[in-house]
Amino acid sequence: MTLDKLGPVAQGPDHEPATGVSRRAFLKAGVASGGFVLGFGLPAFLNGGTRAAPARFEPNAFIRIGSDGSVTLTMPQVEMGQGTYTSMPMLIAEELEIPLSQVRLEHAPPDTKRYGNPLIAGDQITGGSTSIRAFWEPMRRAGATARVMLIGAAAKRWKVDPSACHAERGEVIHKGSGRRIKYGALAGDAAQMPVPEKVELKRLDEFKLIGTPAKRLDTPAKVNGKVVYGIDARPAGLKIATLAQSPVFGGRLKSVDDSAARAVKGVRQIVRLDDAVAVVADHMGAAKKGLATLVLEWDNGPNAALTTGDIARELENGTLGGGAVAQDVGDVGKAIAGAATKVDAIYHVPFLAHATMEPMNCTVHVRKDGCEIWVGTQVIARAQATAAKTTGLPLDKVVAHNHLLGGGFGRRLEIDGVTRAVQIAMQVDGPVKVIWSREEDIQHDMYRPYFVDRMSAGLDEAGMPVAWSHRFAGSSIIARFLPPGFNNGLDPDTTDGAINLPYALPNVRVEYLRIEPPGIPTAFWRSVGPSHNVFVVETFMDELAAAAKKDPVDYRLALLDKSPRAKSVLQLAAQKAGWGQPLPSRSGRGVSMQFVFGTYMAQVAQVEVSKDGEVRVQRVVCAVDCGTVVNPDTVRAQVQSAVIFGISAALFGEITLKGGRVEQTNFDTYRVLRMSEVPAIEVHIIQSREAPGGMGEPGTSAVVPAVMNAIFAATGKRLRKSAGVDPAELKVA
Amino acid sequence: MAYALNVNGIRHTVDVDGDTPLLWVLRDVLGMTGTKFGCGMALCGACTVHLNGAPIRSCVTTVESVGSGAITTIEAIGNTAAGRKIQRAWLDLEVVQCGYCQSGQIMSASALLASNAHPDDSAIDDAMSGNICRCGTYLRIREAIKHAAKLPAASGKEG
Repeated sequence: MTLDKLGPVAQGPDHEPATGVSRRAFLKAGVASGGFVLGFGLPAFLNGGTRAAPARFEPNAFIRIGSDGSVTLTMPQVEMGQGTYTSMPMLIAEELEIPLSQVRLEHAPPDTKRYGNPLIAGDQITGGSTSIRAFWEPMRRAGATARVMLIGAAAKRWKVDPSACHAERGEVIHKGSGRRIKYGALAGDAAQMPVPEKVELKRLDEFKLIGTPAKRLDTPAKVNGKVVYGIDARPAGLKIATLAQSPVFGGRLKSVDDSAARAVKGVRQIVRLDDAVAVVADHMGAAKKGLATLVLEWDNGPNAALTTGDIARELENGTLGGGAVAQDVGDVGKAIAGAATKVDAIYHVPFLAHATMEPMNCTVHVRKDGCEIWVGTQVIARAQATAAKTTGLPLDKVVAHNHLLGGGFGRRLEIDGVTRAVQIAMQVDGPVKVIWSREEDIQHDMYRPYFVDRMSAGLDEAGMPVAWSHRFAGSSIIARFLPPGFNNGLDPDTTDGAINLPYALPNVRVEYLRIEPPGIPTAFWRSVGPSHNVFVVETFMDELAAAAKKDPVDYRLALLDKSPRAKSVLQLAAQKAGWGQPLPSRSGRGVSMQFVFGTYMAQVAQVEVSKDGEVRVQRVVCAVDCGTVVNPDTVRAQVQSAVIFGISAALFGEITLKGGRVEQTNFDTYRVLRMSEVPAIEVHIIQSREAPGGMGEPGTSAVVPAVMNAIFAATGKRLRKSAGVDPAELKVA
Repeated sequence: MAYALNVNGIRHTVDVDGDTPLLWVLRDVLGMTGTKFGCGMALCGACTVHLNGAPIRSCVTTVESVGSGAITTIEAIGNTAAGRKIQRAWLDLEVVQCGYCQSGQIMSASALLASNAHPDDSAIDDAMSGNICRCGTYLRIREAIKHAAKLPAASGKEG
C-alpha cells in the first residue's frame, strides 16, 4: 500500500489539503540562509511532491540528491532532544562536502535492513547513547561514497582524472581548468557510476565541520509552534480518545456504566477492552469529561495487595543467595577473610517513571485492508510490527509515520502504547488519536526497575580495597526486550557499570540474580544499566574511602594508575570544583567517576542541606572525555540535560506501589526539578582523538552518586537509596 | 453552545461545552497544535498562552471564562516585540532540545519580557518556575531571557 492510495495525509481546519507538497508534508524550518526543510512523511510521499521524476542520485539509504540540487538525508536515529538530527547530518556533510544549511531531513520509515542500529543487534532502535558510536563510521562512509561518485561523474564528463578534482560546498571542482559543477547537475550521471567498494575517510585533522559547535537543524520549527510531534498528527476525520487502564497491573475491567458519558457533548463512543476503557470524542476536552463520568468496576486480580515494600523484601532476600557470575577475578572470599577491615552495605534503587513532556499517545486508522499509524517512537519498526500483529494485517499493509519525539528517555523504546491505541482503533470507524492523561502516563509507565544490591569489601591495613563483592537482584529488561541478549542468567545492560571497573581491584566478584517482580512492568530509563550500577559502585567507593578515613578523590585516584583517561577526568573535575576548599556547615561536595557508554566522566556535586533536611544542589562540575567530539555544544547541552534529569530522580523521583497501584499521579506527586531549583552546571571537555563515546546518558548516572556523596559530606548521613530523598532523614535533630 | 473566540486576532466560533478547557479548543477544534498538553492541572506550563497579554494555563482555563479576551498563542507570538526577541534568543543560545515544552516556555518568557524589560534571576525564577522542562534546558532559558533583553527591537523579524 502506498500513501497515494491512502489519500491525503492530513487535513485540518487550518491546513490546506495534502495535495502536492503541503505544509503537513514539509515543515519550513526557516533557517535564513538555506531553506532547510524537515521532511515529515514517508520518502514515497515526498517523492510524490516532485512529480517530474527527475534524475536522482541515491547511493545509499541515507542520501538522496535530486537534479534540482536538493540534498535529502534520511535519519536512521530519531530526534528526541539529544541532537542526533544535527550530529548525523554533520557526519554525512563532513565527507559529502555540503553546507549543513542546505540539507533536508526525513524520518526513516520502518526498515530494519536499511536503518538498523549496528550496536543494538541491527534492530531499528535509538537508545543506549549509541547513535554516534554506531553511525560514526557508516555515516561518514555514506557521505564519502556519494562524494567519490559525484567526483567520478564530473571527471568523466570533463574527461579528466578524478584525482585532479575535488568537492567543496556542494560542487565538484577541477582545479586545473577552474571548471565547477553543482551536485544537482551531476545527479543523473552519478547514479550511473559504480559504487566504490572502498573509500578513504578524512583524517581527524582534516575535519572542517566535526568538532565545531554547529547550530541545531531541528530547532527553528520548535520555537514557533510549527513542529509536529506524534501528538500533533491530525489526519482527516480524526477523533480523540483518552483511556483508563486497570489501576492495578494485571487487573480486568468488570463493568462500565457509561450513561452519563454518552450524554456529554462531543462524546462519540465508549470502547471496552479486557483491561481498559476508552472514551472517543470530537476533542480531548469531551473525551476527558466523558471518562471522568464513567462508573468503572475493576477486578484487581492477583496484584491487588502488592506494595513496593513487598518487592524490595523479595529482592533483598534474593541477594542472600548466589547469582549468575558476571565477573570473577582472583578469590574474593579468601581476600575478604584476610582483610584488615570489612565494609558491608545494602543499597536500594527504586522504580522510576519517565514522565516525558509529551504524554504517551498514538494515532491509528484501521481499515479492513490496512492500517496507518502516527507516533513518535524510538522503535518505528517495532511500532509497525505490533500494529500488524494486533490487527492481524500483513506487515506491508501497515504504514507507520514517525515524528519528532517530545522526550524519550527510554519510554518510547516500548510499544505498549501503540498496541493499546491499535486495540482501541480497531473498534473505531476512522482515525483516532489516543492520548494518555498525565495520570495514566505516570501510573501506566514501564518503570526503571527496582534493584537491591549487597556490597562487601575487604580493605588492607592502609585502607585500600583488596576485595570487592557486588551481588544484586532485579529485573532484566534485555531478557524481555532483546531475548537473545540474555544468556546464562546475564545480559550486557544489567551489569553495565558494575563489571570491568576502571579501578584496580585485585579480587572482584559480581553476581546478578534475575528476579522479575510481579505486578509492575519495567523498561529502560535514561542511563539504563549504569543508572543503577554507577550509583551503587560510586556510593560504595565513597563508603570505603570514609572507612579508610581518606579523601574520596585521592582514594579513587590511587586506584586509577592503569586508567589514565579516568584519572584525567577525575583530576579535572576535582580541580575545577575547588575540591578540598572549605564550605559552610551543612554544605558538602561529593564526587563520582565512571566509564560507561564509551565515555569517561567525573562529576563533583555541591549541596546544601537545610535544617529541615531539604537538599539543594548548588553546583555540578563535570569533566568528560567522550573521545572525538562531533558537536561540542551538544555535549554540553546533554550534560546539562542529563544532570538535571538525574537530580530530579535523586531528590524526588521514587515511584511506589500501594494496593497494587502506583501512588504518584502527576507533577505534584512525581516532582521534577524546576527553574528555581537548578544548580549551576559546568562542563569541561577533554580534547581527545579516541573513538567517540555516547553522550545522551552518562551525565545522569554520574550525578546521582555525586549528589548522595555530597549529602554525606554535608550531613554525615549516608543515604543508600538512589531516588527520593526523605528530608526527615536529614533533619537537624 | 457556541463561543466566539479571538485567537491571534482572528475570530473563531466554536460549538463546545462551556467548561471545555481552552487548550483542547485550540488543539483539537481549531487545529492549532503549537500549544501543548503536558499535565492538565496547571502544573507544567506546556499549555501556556496569553490572555490579554498575561500568561495563562490553557489546560485549566475554560472556554466560557475567556469571553472576548485576546488570546495569543505560540503561532503568533512572533508578531510581538518581546516574542520575537525571545524566539531569536532561543535560537541564538541553542536552548531547545526535544522542544515539547518550549511553546509554553516561550509564552511565559515573552510575557515576562513584555512586562519587565530587564528581568534578574529572581524575576526569571518567579516567572518561569511554573514551566517544566524534562530535557533540563533551564540554564539556557535563563541566559536566553537575559540575552533577549539586550536584543534591539527590530531584531529577529523572521523569528
